[in-house]
Amino acid sequence: MTKLSSLISGIIFGVGLTISGMVNPQKVLGFLNIFDAWDPSLMFVMIGAILIFSPLHFTFKRKSRPIFAKSFILPSKKDVDKNLIIGTSLFGIGWGLVGLCPGPAISAISFLNINVYLFVLFMFVGFYLGNFIQNRKN
Amino acid sequence: MNIINFTPYSALTGGLLIGFAAFIFFIFNGRLSGVSSIASDGIFSKINRIDNLLFLLGLIIGPILFSLSGNKIESVLTNSLPLIIIGGLLVGIGTKIGKGCTSGHGVCGISRFSIRSIIATITFILTGVITVLIFGI
Repeated sequence: MTKLSSLISGIIFGVGLTISGMVNPQKVLGFLNIFDAWDPSLMFVMIGAILIFSPLHFTFKRKSRPIFAKSFILPSKKDVDKNLIIGTSLFGIGWGLVGLCPGPAISAISFLNINVYLFVLFMFVGFYLGNFIQNRKN
Repeated sequence: MNIINFTPYSALTGGLLIGFAAFIFFIFNGRLSGVSSIASDGIFSKINRIDNLLFLLGLIIGPILFSLSGNKIESVLTNSLPLIIIGGLLVGIGTKIGKGCTSGHGVCGISRFSIRSIIATITFILTGVITVLIFGI
């Protein structure tokens, strides 16, 4: 049953990314272009998503276990380490160069654009390299 | 600073849908919808593989459904090959080492009042802004 909820959640997420404009790299770069001609729209995407997810998930978590899964899988909230800063810094640079982050990049596969495929391919190469780097450190 | 192309209503509507999708994934699967992890694990990990791949399939179906219902989707991507390759690599490596992206840290993490994610989000927006400032758009 988790398969069905995964698919439905992915579809709604994909529609949300599309309506919001996140799938348009130009709009994302416009958001990051604070010092010149700024498009603040994407701030509202985050506000909207947090406005819904934050209160609903807290309310649900207090009362119940997941409906189809055995338990919640939740990462640490506090560990601020070097990896977090280095990793998210690199991510921001890549995001600022092209205007795509992982969710919209996957959604953009539907646009049948060869450059999107290249981006997604190299993003997965990046996941692999990131994993490799982390495993070597540990 | 000038404000241009501002579309607060569609941005907010899209955001509400993203939050709702994250809520569905949370209450049924007990997981957070951090897309970088879902994508990476879908290919490189056996745990929850089918769930992860179906979520990704959903992400691809979303825009198709939206355009089938008669809406136009605007998407303009750079044609510069080196930028696309370097950008893809940095997004992949960075989200793997930093354990999250815009959805995992920016939406789910901040919603949980996670200090880690708040710092992560400030960091990637800051380096993104600096990158655009240097390289232009």
